[in-house]
Amino acid sequence: MILIFFAAGLICWAMQLFNNSLCKWVALIASLATFILSCFAFYTFRNVAGGPGNWLVDYKIDWISSFGIQFHIALDGLSLVMLLLTSFLGVLAVLCSWTEIKERIGFYYFNLLWTLAGITGVFVAMDLFLFYFFWEVMIVPMYFLIAIWGDTNRRYASYKFFIFTQAGGLLMLLSILALYFINGSNTGTYTFDYFILKNTTLTFSAGRWIMLGFLIAFIIKLPVVPFHSWLPDAHSEAPSAGSLILAGLLLKTGAYGIIRFVITMFPENAAEISQWAMLFGVIGIIYGAMLAFAQTDLKRFIAYTSVSHMGFVLLGVFTFREMALQGVVMQMLTHGISTGALFAMAGMIKERLHTRDMSNMGGLWTGMPVMGGLALVFAMASLGLPMMGNFVAEFLILIASYEVNPALAIIASIGLVFAALYSLRMVQKVFLGPLQPSSHAKDLNGREFTILISLSIAIVILGLYPQPVLDSVKEVVQSLIQKSTPA
Amino acid sequence: MTHEQLLALLPFMLLASASLVIILMIAARLSHFAIQVAGFLFLCMTVGAMWYVRDILPREILPLFIVDGFAALFTGVIIFSVGVVGLFSYIYFEEREENPKEYYILLFLATLGAAVLTISRHFVSFFIGLEILSVSLYALIAYLRNRNNAIEAGVKYLILAALTSAFLLLGMALFYMDTGQLEFNAIGAKLSGSDAGVLYKMGIALMVVAVGFKLALVPFHLWAADVYQGAPSPVTSFIATASKAGVFAVLMRFALATNLQGSPFLMYMFSGIAIASMILGNILALRQHNIKRLLAYSSIAHFGYLIVAFLPGNTEGIQASVFYLFAYSITILSAFGIVTLLSTRMKDAEDLNLYRGLFWRKPVMAAVLAIALFSLAGIPLTAGFFAKFVVLMSGVHSDLWLPVIVLVLTSVIGLYYYLRIISTLFAQAPPHEVQPKSLHPFFYFATYATLIVLMVLICVLGIYPGPAIEGIREFLMIR
Repeated sequence: MILIFFAAGLICWAMQLFNNSLCKWVALIASLATFILSCFAFYTFRNVAGGPGNWLVDYKIDWISSFGIQFHIALDGLSLVMLLLTSFLGVLAVLCSWTEIKERIGFYYFNLLWTLAGITGVFVAMDLFLFYFFWEVMIVPMYFLIAIWGDTNRRYASYKFFIFTQAGGLLMLLSILALYFINGSNTGTYTFDYFILKNTTLTFSAGRWIMLGFLIAFIIKLPVVPFHSWLPDAHSEAPSAGSLILAGLLLKTGAYGIIRFVITMFPENAAEISQWAMLFGVIGIIYGAMLAFAQTDLKRFIAYTSVSHMGFVLLGVFTFREMALQGVVMQMLTHGISTGALFAMAGMIKERLHTRDMSNMGGLWTGMPVMGGLALVFAMASLGLPMMGNFVAEFLILIASYEVNPALAIIASIGLVFAALYSLRMVQKVFLGPLQPSSHAKDLNGREFTILISLSIAIVILGLYPQPVLDSVKEVVQSLIQKSTPA
Repeated sequence: MTHEQLLALLPFMLLASASLVIILMIAARLSHFAIQVAGFLFLCMTVGAMWYVRDILPREILPLFIVDGFAALFTGVIIFSVGVVGLFSYIYFEEREENPKEYYILLFLATLGAAVLTISRHFVSFFIGLEILSVSLYALIAYLRNRNNAIEAGVKYLILAALTSAFLLLGMALFYMDTGQLEFNAIGAKLSGSDAGVLYKMGIALMVVAVGFKLALVPFHLWAADVYQGAPSPVTSFIATASKAGVFAVLMRFALATNLQGSPFLMYMFSGIAIASMILGNILALRQHNIKRLLAYSSIAHFGYLIVAFLPGNTEGIQASVFYLFAYSITILSAFGIVTLLSTRMKDAEDLNLYRGLFWRKPVMAAVLAIALFSLAGIPLTAGFFAKFVVLMSGVHSDLWLPVIVLVLTSVIGLYYYLRIISTLFAQAPPHEVQPKSLHPFFYFATYATLIVLMVLICVLGIYPGPAIEGIREFLMIR
């Protein structure tokens, strides 16, 4: 799958020399192919009981043997679900930029596909070096996406994005190395393999430092409140497919990392800081929601809602309850879909009105009832209305965290009220109200309609029947819980 | 001197004879092209000779030299860089200078000096090598004597280099006073019993002045920016690669022989220098708009990173530093190669504005430069990433937490200015200007091809460095 993305990216670039529309098709076919592949994988492994240590796919070859670095990828329920999301949003991202990007199309799709390849790699890599490698691979093309095809303030945004994430990444690299040597001197085998390093025995304080290294990398990516400032800039300046990938996938790699590495590898240390982490999660929820309420820029608005929603993820992860973790995975999926949809929509509006400023919009419903209706669906999803996937996710997280820490759970649920406030405000400002003179625009065309309708079907399905997802991550989550609650 | 010893010295004798042959060729009024080809052949022969004598290594030529795997590796890096520099030089000097031929004599002499440094095991050969290198560099830096900057840079380098040579001599004298020896190993043996005395420490400190000057480490870095800017671009890339590799090699050999890293005082001194170089180099580069000056400051920072690999003083550290040096040389050569290619008759391509939108005008060149810059910044898929990785690895293994953390943080600072250049490359292009037709299509294409090969090499080393690491390890076993 990764290979498809890499190869297709290169082909796209080469294609540019001959024909511009051809590379669009190559990109579309490649991303559709991976989507079908991952659907197929999901279908095949649907009924397989993947217990702990029982991985669905496990493949490794030596890469740099002198340092014990392997090319080791493996798939379990969690990775599988994330892959599904990646390839789904990948198709939509390609569709979304179909007409928006008019210059340097080949290079654009090259970057887009390489970002997707990096993200896919992150979700399946089981060798820490490889993980770091993909972690960086997804950043570089993303940087180009923002820096070349972004909006007016793109250079600033792309630097900020790159430097923030790179700083986190390098700290993670240090932690990985420390872990490598500690394990090496304990057991005599120097390796970066996840399964071996997972069982490293660490002294408590060493574990704390190493965990912090990982955690900082992931919470910058997530992002948690003190480290969130790159996000609104990057989101609002990126082209809409870029924002879609940023919000839908890149943020999820942070959450995935926390689940896969921080909690699994350092359960005691994670338990130690869990109260703080939950507190920061709740701060993120409230703070993100309040800032979202105050935004006039449509894309910045959506960016801050992501900050708020990711607060739920952090809250859920550090409760160490099975239910909450399932909720977290749900949240990752549904947030990816609903926020992705909102960004796609913001892109479409911008294509028509050439502005992101909400105060210049208004009354769009008259001109484009279809888009307005769909926007309402996603706004409802993001405020957590029942029947939508987000409701299930946030509900699960809140129940579980109530058991652990009632006070924080109550404050977090106030965040839901805020969510209702800002979502409705957005709908009201953009689609209702008096018609602005500048707001005459055509309604959705077939391509855009396909994008949005498939997203809204997905989110409703997740809301009504989340069981397949919950099942497939159940085993992973259970093994996590067993590991992290001996005390 | 036995047959084997002569054989072991063969590569170095070839290098020495190269400059003589070129003098004769100039006397015979052969063309620039012929000289270029002859020089290239000599370099190939040197490498071939090194390969040929590989089996009889290591071989000591008492008391001055030792030819071993370590020396072979560093010489390899030097010869490789000089080969590329030589290729760049043709276009550069053919267009600018009425007599470009003497340049090659100096270039080969400087190479000889750097190569002698890698095999020296005695203070005399150390000093001779260093002087051959420096004296040729004075002339090389000021070679384009019509330019103001060139003369300024040459004089600056001359004065400072002479001063630091004096420091080095005094340092050697102090060593001699303390131990009565001038051989590295003998000094090490003398010192191993007793605690290091004041004289010894002072000797080291004075020596560090000279070495630090050559490597442009803080606080001996003041010349770097001016000389990098003033010197012709090929010479700048020579200074950045071959000359520094030679000096670093001799520093490493001396440190190994005398167990420099065993002394906590010296360790602190070196970590201090490394940390200062990393911080200052990166910070000074932040606001630069002249690409040659920017690369000068970044090279200060990079040699700070390299010193981090020097600190552990074990095999792992040496491996890391050789790999780092190799990756750095390839990278900086390709960066300066682009500068050389873009330079016009009157002026080097220094100003960042010249690079605006290069990607859309000359995609291949811009891609080479962008990959080189990514490699300097240490982004995966490039050699620079893996080099930084091995350096970090050796640092973490030896629990050098402070330098390692400074390395990480400063490379984040460094990202900023690399990204600035890269985003300039990809920015909107200004309206096209008419390209002057290139005069030397053959060399133009050769240079292009070399740059592409370098770029591929950067990527290969970044993606699949296993064989290179194994190779380095094997060579280091020969000692």
